[in-house]
Amino acid sequence: MSTVRVLVGTRKGAFILSADGKRQKWDVSGPFFAGWEIYHAKGSPVDPKRIYVSQTSGWFGQIIQRSDDGGKTWQTPGSSPEELKGPEGMPKGESNKFVYDTSPETGKPLTTHQFYDGTQQPWVFKRVWHLEPSLTDPDTCYAGVEDAAIFRTTDGGKTWHELAGLRAARGSEWSPGAGGLGLHTILIDPKNHQRMYIAISAAGAFRTDDGGKTWKPINKGLHSLYIPNPTAEIGHCVHRIAMHPSKPDTLFMQKHWDVMRTDDAGENWREVSGNLPTDFGFPIEVHAHEPDTIYVIPIKSDSEHFVADGKLRVARSRTGGNEWELLTNGLPQENCYVNILRDAMSVDQLDKCGIYFGTTGGQVYVSPDNGDNWMPIVSHLPPVLSVEVQTIQ
Amino acid sequence: MIRVVLPYHLRTLARVEGEVTLEVAPPVTQGSVLDALEARFPMLRGTIRDHVTKKRRPMLRFFACEEDLSHEAPDTPLPEAVASGKEPFFIIGAIAGG
Repeated sequence: MSTVRVLVGTRKGAFILSADGKRQKWDVSGPFFAGWEIYHAKGSPVDPKRIYVSQTSGWFGQIIQRSDDGGKTWQTPGSSPEELKGPEGMPKGESNKFVYDTSPETGKPLTTHQFYDGTQQPWVFKRVWHLEPSLTDPDTCYAGVEDAAIFRTTDGGKTWHELAGLRAARGSEWSPGAGGLGLHTILIDPKNHQRMYIAISAAGAFRTDDGGKTWKPINKGLHSLYIPNPTAEIGHCVHRIAMHPSKPDTLFMQKHWDVMRTDDAGENWREVSGNLPTDFGFPIEVHAHEPDTIYVIPIKSDSEHFVADGKLRVARSRTGGNEWELLTNGLPQENCYVNILRDAMSVDQLDKCGIYFGTTGGQVYVSPDNGDNWMPIVSHLPPVLSVEVQTIQ
Repeated sequence: MIRVVLPYHLRTLARVEGEVTLEVAPPVTQGSVLDALEARFPMLRGTIRDHVTKKRRPMLRFFACEEDLSHEAPDTPLPEAVASGKEPFFIIGAIAGG
């Protein structure tokens, strides 16, 4: 029988929740990296025992952890004497070294980017927001970082190199959202690996068609009243983008207000908020087997980041947007004031698709039946930052 | 041998308990002690000082012999008591926020 492994990143460590295909009885292990902010943990689709983790703290900075046994044991890649060595013969220990590439060969000038007050500020690496393992190679993984840039490792996390062409896509005009100038979404087109999509808060969405060498903004059709030019090419606060692997030209976006959709790889977007009670929120996901079934979790507003009316409701559309139904069975419908962050929702690949999300209140919920019914897996974790699900066949 | 006391999270990261002892060739300075520490424990690189600039991370401080040495230049010799191993070199994280 298949099993599911849920990788949960929280403000104070990582947890792994495991169950068989029934998804009723759960084993909980952790906290791993106790006390650290775990922004994201994600497994390789090629080798599910290979898991990458972004471990970060304001005191000690960024650490990349890697497991090769499904989360039982962990290492910082390249830190053992047998591994990568520098010219002096000592391990280089560069698995957490993220340096913007300004080299003449592959880099771009490190200019500045906009700041909240409209001034220009230098690029400063702060943390890895999102890890996206390659679809074909367990040693290759992409990292979305703050201040926004995309890095890639091809040696299992031992070293990271920037794909500097992204910053050349009008990086000087990028400005942070309230949470920082973070690159939070990386999607790889499974039918054409040269094509990738990324999203930055709050610069917008971008696409590459040459494996990351060059990028272009893809924000036409987005309308954001809170920026000087509501239809600008740069500057929209994209919260998250989701894609179904069978239809990689169709993307769904949860924006800072508005749920959007494109069917032409981002060339044009249109609003599909429809009858949502509020179209503000962070995560968005697509059903594993139904490319037009999508899920968002509406929260009250950009000023009040919690669910509206004290009710935790997941919204599902089976029409790719516009027509939404609110799912509540098993979710608290009074006195609930949690938020769900952008990387904190995921789906499994089982026949009856399981939907999972984690809250800032420390709960992780699962629906083992496409969203019809929900139950908490755990209820008292630290605030959840990210949820990813592996389906182990 | 130079004695170094790491903050809790770096002890966990380095998988050590208690003090760390290092061989450091003279001159014993902040820089040479941290070089030796990072050579022995490469996973600590970037967690105490920036990878490239080698500047101390802002929420960490260096203490020894009841003095704050955080603003000393990295190549300033550490107190003799540290160099002789009588006193440890402390790396301390700020007691801040949740």
